[in-house]
Amino acid sequence: MLAFIFKRLGQSILVMLAVALIAFIMFRYVGDPVASMVSQEASIADQELLRERLGLNDPFYEQFFRFIVNAVQGNFGISYRLQTPVAELVMSRLPATIELALTSATIALVFGILAGVFTALNRKNPAAAAIMAFSLIGVSLPTFLIGIGLIYIFAVELQWLPSFGRGQVIDFGWWTTGFFTETGLRSIILPAITLSLFQMTLIMRLVRAEMLEVLRQDYIKFARARGLSKRAINFSHALKNTMVPVITIAGLQLGSIITGALITETVFQWPGIGSLFLSSVAVVDVPVMAAYLIFVGFVFVVVNLIVDILYYVVDPRLRVGAAKGH
Amino acid sequence: MRNTLSGIAVALFASTMLVGAASAETLRWARQSDALTLDPHSQNQGVTHTFNHHIYETLLDRDVEGNLQARLATDWYVKEGDETVWVFELREGVTFHGGEEFTAEDVVFSIERAKSENSNMRQLHADVESVAAVDDYTVEFQMAGPSPLYPNNITNTFIMDKGWSEENDLTEVQDFAAGEENFAVRNTNGTGPYVLAERDPDVRSVLTVNEDWWGDAPAVTEIVYTPIADNATRVAALLSGEVDLVQDVPVQDIERLAGTDGIKVETGPENRTIYFGYAMDDEPLISSNITDENPFANPLVREAMSLVIDREAIRQVVMRGQSLPTCVNMPPFVNGWTEELDACPAVDVERATELMAEAGYPDGFSVTLDTPNDRYVNDEAIAQAVVGMLGQIGIDVTLASRPVAQHSPLILNNETDFYLLGWGVPTFDSAYNFNDLVHTKDDEYGTYNIGLYSNPEVDEMIESLGTMTDLDARNAVIADIWAQVQEDRVFIPVHNQVLAYAMRGDMTLAVHPENQPSMTGVVFE
Repeated sequence: MLAFIFKRLGQSILVMLAVALIAFIMFRYVGDPVASMVSQEASIADQELLRERLGLNDPFYEQFFRFIVNAVQGNFGISYRLQTPVAELVMSRLPATIELALTSATIALVFGILAGVFTALNRKNPAAAAIMAFSLIGVSLPTFLIGIGLIYIFAVELQWLPSFGRGQVIDFGWWTTGFFTETGLRSIILPAITLSLFQMTLIMRLVRAEMLEVLRQDYIKFARARGLSKRAINFSHALKNTMVPVITIAGLQLGSIITGALITETVFQWPGIGSLFLSSVAVVDVPVMAAYLIFVGFVFVVVNLIVDILYYVVDPRLRVGAAKGH
Repeated sequence: MRNTLSGIAVALFASTMLVGAASAETLRWARQSDALTLDPHSQNQGVTHTFNHHIYETLLDRDVEGNLQARLATDWYVKEGDETVWVFELREGVTFHGGEEFTAEDVVFSIERAKSENSNMRQLHADVESVAAVDDYTVEFQMAGPSPLYPNNITNTFIMDKGWSEENDLTEVQDFAAGEENFAVRNTNGTGPYVLAERDPDVRSVLTVNEDWWGDAPAVTEIVYTPIADNATRVAALLSGEVDLVQDVPVQDIERLAGTDGIKVETGPENRTIYFGYAMDDEPLISSNITDENPFANPLVREAMSLVIDREAIRQVVMRGQSLPTCVNMPPFVNGWTEELDACPAVDVERATELMAEAGYPDGFSVTLDTPNDRYVNDEAIAQAVVGMLGQIGIDVTLASRPVAQHSPLILNNETDFYLLGWGVPTFDSAYNFNDLVHTKDDEYGTYNIGLYSNPEVDEMIESLGTMTDLDARNAVIADIWAQVQEDRVFIPVHNQVLAYAMRGDMTLAVHPENQPSMTGVVFE
């Protein structure tokens, strides 16, 4: 078991290094940060001076090595744009993204599962057909369009909910939360719905398909033959077995919710790391971009690591294989 | 008894608070991006300056007509008997937000700081050799030579308190290489009309009125400043009443907003000209099918191109009426501008076709046009329109559109044949355009002379402008240089950009030519 985890950890570190390297190579081509940092009348000599000060004239491997050494110590340098330490910047933005992601994931899970079960059990019902048709919108419309549409209806026309920002937040040490204020709660509704729509549809369709599959199984037929109540069959027998793949997918999707928040955060001016990344790209703020990519890589690596370890714990076949000395 | 008394006191206090609150007016202000830093000398960027103007003050600044006006300096003149010295008389009785008195020492300190190596403002003060305090309220600037227009360069150089800065280790502007943040990035101590109350970069900043400000008390007593990056969201926030004032209004929304009840749109010309430029040296072009010579080096080709570009059509279709077509590369505020230079000849495709044939390109040629797509208003769409217009005379243009972060290096390294660019003139004087756009490119001059235009006679005239003190003679030289630039068709100007501010209906804020509105100028009905 321990050997397995160590092996996995080693692989994860390799993946992280690869992510960092790719990120770094990419940044060579995204543009010149100096161009967006200096004024239009800065002389060529002055621009060269700044390039030298930022270390942009050093050879590539030197810049990369310096970056890795600093990153391991949690030092991602200074943001060219906002002139504050990147690590601090990312940490101050993280709570917003995590709260948004968790809220979206909860909405997606709850409504996705409910709708999935409902549509699977009532296939002929017109409401189920309507939900299925509606879910097509969820997968096919781009996020920014959904976001703008919601803003138009609920903020501009009805004026029920705010169109941007996070409302009032409360500080708990380094964590700021909008969960305990009225404006904070109202502010999270539209972005959370926007961000959850795709995942919700995905989970709903997954639950529906799995459920239909399970309902065809022999043990369900037996259960029916034994005269168990419909509720008992549907929820304690069928749904339980449906949930195994759903939980796996939902876990993996949490990573993509956090990273997929880019567009939603920008549309709603949600002060998370996604919008931080996008405003950094516009001015080639390399330290922030690199830190963000490392963070994203880290989220996926950790999620995968946990999933792998869970499989190992759950599935006895893997352990047998390991004992034989594979 | 005591309880009753203190109860009354509390009630009285509360009622005076209420009176205060009733006349308080909060302005919620949104624009596309946030100020980069509050350190006044580390970035020379419009959005940052606009925000900092509310907290810090300059010796002089510009009103909405573009005129210089007194601010922390009440009078300024060239020293009698010495043309190389500028004298600034300072306003008395001004205090910093921290309570420190404003004196000449603070000016000396601030100008020296703005001149220091890490400062992004140093270019503007390159001609200043030294600054000295004559007495508490008089400062003398020793210039390298006569610099008649130097006061134009100081409208964005903010004055910091010397004591406060030294206490917080701010004598030098932040050094990126050191990898540390400095205190001034998030903390302020200015003399301005507003005091920083809250700062969360990219999210929200709050400014409250400075009760001790020397000027007339502004109508706006609190400013809540929120950057909203997405155009649609920003406009929606105004429509839903969540913000009162929106800058950076997309042109396609201006008409709709202006027609909405309870919303007002103010438009005005911006100090920025959009123009096309091309390689003018003898090297063959990189992207053309003509590989032995440079077609743009032929003046007839340049004339033909200018003749087929329909600026009025661009104004109506691409800009939805929100631009001022021009044929000279400077906006009307700039010293040297005349109506004759600004006027455009009528579009004449026939004559242009003849010119192309005369130049030896009856079948035209191909070339790539580089344009940014996120820098100026509808930049890519303008370039697209011009592709079609040049097609009429056989110039087959391939459009290469990039974000400004990629466009800029291309431009600065002269790796383009044909490009679109916008140019603002912060000094409001033609010399600024000449120094960077027209003078032969070297270390100091011609940074943005992308086409590598080079004319030694013109260079000489440009250099002479820096030290000429007889303004009439100087203006004559400026006119001569423009005449040459126009004759050589160094640029194909398209239009001056127009700015729009959208706001709630009961307030008024005039458009500032440098897009640096001050909330002290807001009037409520």
